[in-house]
Amino acid sequence: MKIRLQDHILVPKHEILSKEEAEELLKILGISKEQLPKIKASDPIVVEIGAKPGDIIKITRKSLTAGKSVFYRLVV
Amino acid sequence: MESELDRILSKYPFPESVKEEIKSELEKLNLPENKLKKVIDACFRAYLNNLIEPGEPSGIVAAQSIGEPGTQMTMRTFHYAGVAEINVTLGLPRLIEILDVRKNPSTPMMKIRLLPEYANDREKARDIANKIEATYLKDIADIEADIRNMRIIIRPDEEAMKRKGLDHESIKKKIEKQAKTEILEEGGNIIVQISEPSYKLLMSTFEKLKDTVVMGIKEIKRVIIRKEGEEYVLYTEGSSLKKVMKVPGVDFTRTLTNDIYEIYEVLGIEAARNAIIEEALNTLEEQGLEVDPRHIMLVADVMTADGELRSIGRHGVAGEKQSVLARAAFEMTVNNLLDAAVRGEMDYLRGITENIIVGQPIKLGTGDIELVLKMGGRR
Repeated sequence: MKIRLQDHILVPKHEILSKEEAEELLKILGISKEQLPKIKASDPIVVEIGAKPGDIIKITRKSLTAGKSVFYRLVV
Repeated sequence: MESELDRILSKYPFPESVKEEIKSELEKLNLPENKLKKVIDACFRAYLNNLIEPGEPSGIVAAQSIGEPGTQMTMRTFHYAGVAEINVTLGLPRLIEILDVRKNPSTPMMKIRLLPEYANDREKARDIANKIEATYLKDIADIEADIRNMRIIIRPDEEAMKRKGLDHESIKKKIEKQAKTEILEEGGNIIVQISEPSYKLLMSTFEKLKDTVVMGIKEIKRVIIRKEGEEYVLYTEGSSLKKVMKVPGVDFTRTLTNDIYEIYEVLGIEAARNAIIEEALNTLEEQGLEVDPRHIMLVADVMTADGELRSIGRHGVAGEKQSVLARAAFEMTVNNLLDAAVRGEMDYLRGITENIIVGQPIKLGTGDIELVLKMGGRR
């Protein structure tokens, strides 16, 4: 049986943003890529979804207070 | 009616949980559309009023909100946490452990859940527990050092072996690997002959063989089976997420450990963030202290912002500050100033601590705002 780390209850949903989505996001936030929080390219989940350094990852967390919250990290 | 409500709500940027709450309340009332709009509008205004102000020192508020209840925590609690017979570090020592990101917590512990076909059957759960728990050679056999003949005699205990489901061949292989010399079998006993006649070598081999793990996972020292609701859950002393998740029958997706660094290594930074929040909140709650989860979430966010786990304190967040004065104000004042002078560091006075030291207004709240006069405006 192949283990998918993303299925673990502690791991929130990770998605790679497409180029257009990434550009739009940075425009809305009014910041450059480097100002986002980081995630390592060697992170097990990043490896699993196959993201490359420079990609932006959208993380949909289950939040205790907001129910659902969206977070972005830059792969470095 | 419901879709009407959804349509109006979707226009407002409420968080999910607020939306749900408004929806469940309004569904009970059954109001016409214009009244719905009015209520939701009022809700939105209240929501905006409750949002944090720009320039608010949220970090300082978080520090105080965690620090004050922290003073009421017991200094040394080192006993069970509801789980039978397993010692778990609790209270202040545990909170410090979480914030310091210790690589080896003092009491690692796992909570292993099983796949449905194993979870309801005590026998099957027992089988998996046996596979996980480390079994040492000394547990299943008598070991004796024969000094006259320079050899070690191992007498397997048939009953203990049967209970663990082990056979002679597999034990022989394990011993051979550990002893690195030839082994003989003599009437059910296994004999390890020492290659050179050295008493020291004999004794060190003897000690090594005693602690050879013949079955299970080396890190897991003890397994306890408990029934929780409908299913059997395994609690372990010692932790190894990587090895346990490969054991057949274990439901990996619901298996947890209290070693946060291990979670970071196996499941990544986001899982580590969740683990920090959960562990810190549980530790505080166990002591009967109530801290708003938002403060803990902020701490967890700071610890994980760089993509790797940083500790709060000298070796992490505080020690890596850019400003010389801020670092000197925290700990090891003289060392920090001296090192900074040797390196010729510059302080740009952008942070809070630096500006307090030199006596300038700090960039917080109203101090963060600058007024610009536009000349030639309305007369």
